[in-house]
Amino acid sequence: MSAKEHSGDYFIPDPSPWPIIGMFSLLITLFGGALAMNGVSLGSYLVVAGLLMFFYLLYGWFRDVIKENLSDCYNRQVDTSFRMGMFWFIASEVFFFLSFFGALYYIRNIALPWLGGDGYLGVTNEILYHGFENAWPSHGPGELGGDFLPMGAWGIPAINTLILLTSGATITWAHWGLKLDNQKQLVNGLIATIALGVFFVILQAYEYGHAYQELNLTLETGAYGSTFYMLTGFHGFHVTMGAVMLMAILGRSMKSHFSAHNHFAFEAVAWYWHFVDVVWLGLFVFVYWL
Amino acid sequence: MTTTTLNHDEAHHHDMPTGWRRWLFSTNHKDIGTLYLLFALTMLFLGGASAMLIRLELFQPGIQLLDPDLYNNLVTNHALIMIFGAVMPAAAGLANWMIPMMIGAPDMALPRMNNLSFWILPAAATMLILSFIVPFFPGGGTQINTGWTLYPPLSVQVGMSMDFLIFAIHLLGISSVLASINIIVTLLNMRAPGMTLMTMPMFCWTWLVTAFLLILVVPVLAGGVTMLLFDRHFGTSFFDAAGGGDPVLFQHLFWFFGHPEVYILLLPSIGVLSHVIPAFSRKPLFGYKSMVGAMLTVATIGMVVWAHHQYTIGMSLGAVTYFMIGTILISIPVGLMIFNFIATMWRGAMTFETPMLFAVAIVLMFTFGGLSGVMLAVVPADMQYHDSMFVVAHFHYVLMPGAVFGLFAGVFYWLPKWTGHMYDETLGKIFFWTNVIGFNITFFPQHFLGLAGMPRRIVDYNMMFTEFNVISSIGAIIFGLSHLLLLYIVIKTIRGGKKAESRAWEGAKGLEWELDSPPAFHTWTVAPQIK
Amino acid sequence: MKFNNNFKRQVNHPMSVTQQLINNQSYKLKTTSLTGILVAGVFFADKCRAEYGINFPPPAADVAQEIYNIHMLTMQITTVLLLIVFGFVFYSLYYHRKSRGFQADQDFHNSWFGNWSWVVVPVMVLGVDLTIAGKADAVLKKVWDVPKAENILDVKVTGHQWWWEFDYLDHGIKVESRYVPEKESGDLYLREVDNRLVLPTGQKIRFLHTSADVLHAFWVPELAVKKDAIPGYVTETWAELNREGVFRGQCAELCGTWHSRMPIVVESVSPQQFATWVDDQKAIKVAAAAEASADKTWSMDELMAKGKTLYDTKCAACHQVTGVGLPPAFPALKGSAMATGSIEAHLEIVIKGKEGTAMQPWGSLNDLEIAAIVTYERNAWDNNTGDVVQPSDVKQAR
Ligand code: HEA
Ligand code: HEA
Ligand code: HEC
Ligand code: CUA
Ligand SMILES: [Cu+2]
Repeated sequence: MSAKEHSGDYFIPDPSPWPIIGMFSLLITLFGGALAMNGVSLGSYLVVAGLLMFFYLLYGWFRDVIKENLSDCYNRQVDTSFRMGMFWFIASEVFFFLSFFGALYYIRNIALPWLGGDGYLGVTNEILYHGFENAWPSHGPGELGGDFLPMGAWGIPAINTLILLTSGATITWAHWGLKLDNQKQLVNGLIATIALGVFFVILQAYEYGHAYQELNLTLETGAYGSTFYMLTGFHGFHVTMGAVMLMAILGRSMKSHFSAHNHFAFEAVAWYWHFVDVVWLGLFVFVYWL
Repeated sequence: MTTTTLNHDEAHHHDMPTGWRRWLFSTNHKDIGTLYLLFALTMLFLGGASAMLIRLELFQPGIQLLDPDLYNNLVTNHALIMIFGAVMPAAAGLANWMIPMMIGAPDMALPRMNNLSFWILPAAATMLILSFIVPFFPGGGTQINTGWTLYPPLSVQVGMSMDFLIFAIHLLGISSVLASINIIVTLLNMRAPGMTLMTMPMFCWTWLVTAFLLILVVPVLAGGVTMLLFDRHFGTSFFDAAGGGDPVLFQHLFWFFGHPEVYILLLPSIGVLSHVIPAFSRKPLFGYKSMVGAMLTVATIGMVVWAHHQYTIGMSLGAVTYFMIGTILISIPVGLMIFNFIATMWRGAMTFETPMLFAVAIVLMFTFGGLSGVMLAVVPADMQYHDSMFVVAHFHYVLMPGAVFGLFAGVFYWLPKWTGHMYDETLGKIFFWTNVIGFNITFFPQHFLGLAGMPRRIVDYNMMFTEFNVISSIGAIIFGLSHLLLLYIVIKTIRGGKKAESRAWEGAKGLEWELDSPPAFHTWTVAPQIK
Repeated sequence: MKFNNNFKRQVNHPMSVTQQLINNQSYKLKTTSLTGILVAGVFFADKCRAEYGINFPPPAADVAQEIYNIHMLTMQITTVLLLIVFGFVFYSLYYHRKSRGFQADQDFHNSWFGNWSWVVVPVMVLGVDLTIAGKADAVLKKVWDVPKAENILDVKVTGHQWWWEFDYLDHGIKVESRYVPEKESGDLYLREVDNRLVLPTGQKIRFLHTSADVLHAFWVPELAVKKDAIPGYVTETWAELNREGVFRGQCAELCGTWHSRMPIVVESVSPQQFATWVDDQKAIKVAAAAEASADKTWSMDELMAKGKTLYDTKCAACHQVTGVGLPPAFPALKGSAMATGSIEAHLEIVIKGKEGTAMQPWGSLNDLEIAAIVTYERNAWDNNTGDVVQPSDVKQAR
């Protein structure tokens, strides 16, 4: 690392090819995605190619970061930068989810009552939808997607809540292990967390299958189907990403990359996991329960 | 502000990369800043070219040049390219160049990610331009005729070009969020010892607030267009009443982003003014604290008044009253900013170099645009103004002076620092005058068009609107051509000219002026101590 | 540049209303500053307004008048504020220049004023803000409060791509209103329609806005109501016309290709004239219904003639008079598989439309009309299928 000598204390990395590879991977993926959605078969190949490139980029980028970290390039100030960066990244994610929760709120508490004849635009009901009554779950006055059954809260979703809450505890336990330099506790804690995360995803997938096959609850099921799948789907995607990150951390823990004082990567993933956890609680309450 | 250690030319012997790697792989805030600025300049000309076509079509009644879908496609692209391609990247370019130099930091806090946030932009621009041209290929579907607001259900009708646009917006969003995170972290974590938040330069403050706004609202836009994508392709019904959704929901999501966005465009320029006006008035900024307070207030109120773009959608009396009063109240903090600028000029010893000329023009013309904004905020009157050319006049009066002129002022102010050469002052002044006069001829008459009843986004109009459209189009041509002069001045300055001193302007204050012009590749590798 | 005489006449009419405005104006202006009057004079001169249309046309309803007044008020207030800002800046630009030898006052921001201006300025601005908001609020209540009068006239306004449909709910009649091409409308191109929205003066009218496809917005400046037409929802506005006349407006929400071709023309008539008009419309409707249901078998020629008229008004905006469409947005019908293939499929797309595209369901046309259009499409422009579709076929297909 030549960097340290020329930049005073603060570490400035050498020129790096990863950002530009990132640019191409995103461009190819999304270009392909747009084509694929419109039935151009080339599109899906591009998506696959782009994603492979993206994972290569992640691998390469993080490999560099790890290398730098291990060769002690990072001082305390750099560490703070990373922490703040992660924190504000999660903040932006919160607002991303907020847009979906906002949509759910708007549809349930503003739009559907209007369609059902209450509130400011209640006249809509009188003119366009005689006989439609507002209730939740709803697939709207057009009854889109046909008859369906809603997803109950106290079956799989409740189990999933327990799973995620437990995983929050196991990752904290792993963190304690790390702080005490107890590598075994760290690794076991992480393995438990990952197992719980994977189990969660499997149950979620099973739940989707159940919804599609037995409840006739699909993406097309009006507002209920839309919000249900959008919120749970995006959350599921985040859990999956979280689990992948946990696996990376597990690998590094096994190689003893972390010490009681230097383990930003571990904490970043832990924050992320807790964030995903908290979002789930919101989902459980607003999507499944209420 | 004084410094104890000055490290002018230290340590750049072996590590300044050369050739294409220097630009593609860069981790240097100055190079990345340059990239941002060049990108923005290119986009200004692209967006400007579509504006010229728009104005040419509107030169006379009738449909001469552009078929209606192409016209609206151009309007959509014009707006998106100008806002996301020209103004925001230019502001980010200034931030990249100046923030580390101003706060005595060796670079941005996360230099590699900095490069990523820049390079995502060309990808986004590619998608954006593709969305424009895909319809011209066989099987490419219909054009994006929705305007930049992308309201469904019209945007659901559009062909695959809309998907390109949606992904372009995702990319733009990722880029801005990453850039904002970087700026926040830099400002909070990298200030030279002794520099507190309340003593850091005002430009840094404006960007701190801007970056927070971006982090909070851009994800919401991303969420909104994601729902749009699902409505288009996966059968969801977020914006379809038949399924219990509501087209207006999209508008709320869009404007929850869109209104703060206008302050995102405005604030960096306010930051530039807070440096330019004191420098050329030779006295400190009037009311530093009230400026910070005003900015925070603008940001806070700005987050909760979005529905003033939607007065006509059928909101309850309570809701419109709330949004009206909230919106009108924004005049308090913005008025305070304008007041502070005037008070800074007041009893100063002013000289009028190009940056200062732009600054004065901004104070006058942005106020004008802001005041027409207050007229728009009045609900019953907006029942008339809404979606008419009056609105177009309002927002160009706030966007051009409020955002673009501020960036011009910044470019002229710091150009000597970046290039080491003084720009040609005479040319600068000619540019200023043609620009400002052209601007006013273009947009002032549009107020009358709107009041007389001309809707916006129409390709063809009745002959009663001819006169003012002719004037406006002629102004636009003057205005557009004047930008060629800008290009010339910038190129000329890069290539040579009078050597700039390290303190290029007599009254300029701040750490950046302690450094050489042009500054070394790495600066402040040892943090200055601020006393 | 040619000038439109028609327009001039309408704007000037009737003089009394405009006169009233000027009187209003000068009353208010007395209270503002001298400079205000000067600039305002340029802005408000009645002559300018009539000649070039630089301000709202004279309102045709009391509430619209109040809206007009609030517009003038805010414009005056903001003009004065602007002049104040300009005054201070130019004073400073002139006197506080280095070239005049002025020394910068480095302690200005530490004076009493410097320390307290952050309170003083906001309080003053707040005062102005509250004045504006207060005045606006009073008008706002009236605009928003749709009256629940006994004899209110309900008009359902439906936006379509790209025409307006007006349903007089109380009378069971319906007006379809489309733009008139330049050949026929001349100077009023884009401001004239084939069938106007006829409304009585002196009666409260409630508009119920909705849309069949995308967003549109109903905007007639003289009524000063603008409201979006949202598919699947109904929004309300109201008006009470206080004078007769013809008032022209346009669709004010981008609705796709021909957004510029959705004029709205209100013809304001006396209650008696309105009653006569309603009776006429009812008679026409009865006659049309009788014709359609008269279980008659129609000849090819009759259907073709009828079909052409209907096609040219209703379908040609998209598929073009020549049937070639505007690909890729609007497919050609000339030689298309649909128009030359199975009759059932053809009828189905016309009756049901195609969701997610601009092709709307035309099922509200009667059997005869659909039969005529489909017959026409199958035989015009060298489609020559020779198929004759009868109203009975349509009935079956529904
Ligand atoms: C940089 C961009 C920018 C800025 C700063 C602003 C600033 C403001 N805007 Fe503007 N606006 C836009 C960009 C911007 N706007 C755009 C792009 C659109 C259209 C989008 C689209 O539809 O495509 C729009 C549209 C728009 C609308 C919707 C119109 C419609 O579609 O019907 C409204 C309505 O309230 C509005 C209001 C305001 C107000 C109150 C301010 C205030 O912040 C202004 C405050 C400033 C002042 C008031 C002047 C200085 C103050 C004083 C001198 C003190 C004294 C003043 C008083 C006492 C009043 N704007
Ligand atoms: C920061 C944002 C920004 C900027 C800088 C501009 C700049 C300009 N805009 Fe922009 N405009 C918007 C944001 C902006 N606009 C938005 C948000 C909308 C609303 C869109 C919507 O309705 O959805 C809009 C809509 C809009 C309309 C209304 C269209 C309609 O509603 O029908 C018009 C019409 O006059 C217009 C004109 C112009 C002009 C003449 C300029 C000029 O300032 C441009 C100056 C010109 C240049 C900078 C280019 C100079 C280059 C050359 C002269 C060389 C030419 C080169 C080639 C030919 C290769 N704009
Ligand atoms: C607002 C525009 C518009 C109007 C008005 C309109 N159409 Fe269409 N029409 C379309 C569009 C868009 C399609 C393509 C739908 C698709 O994607 O399949 C279409 C498709 C059709 C087709 C199928 C063509 C094919 O080859 O697939 C027929 C037949 C048709 N329209 C008949 C009519 C008739 C009859 C009328 C008038 C009564 C009419 N249209 C009015 C927009 C319109
Ligand atoms: Cu209908 Cu615009
Ligand atoms: Cu706004």
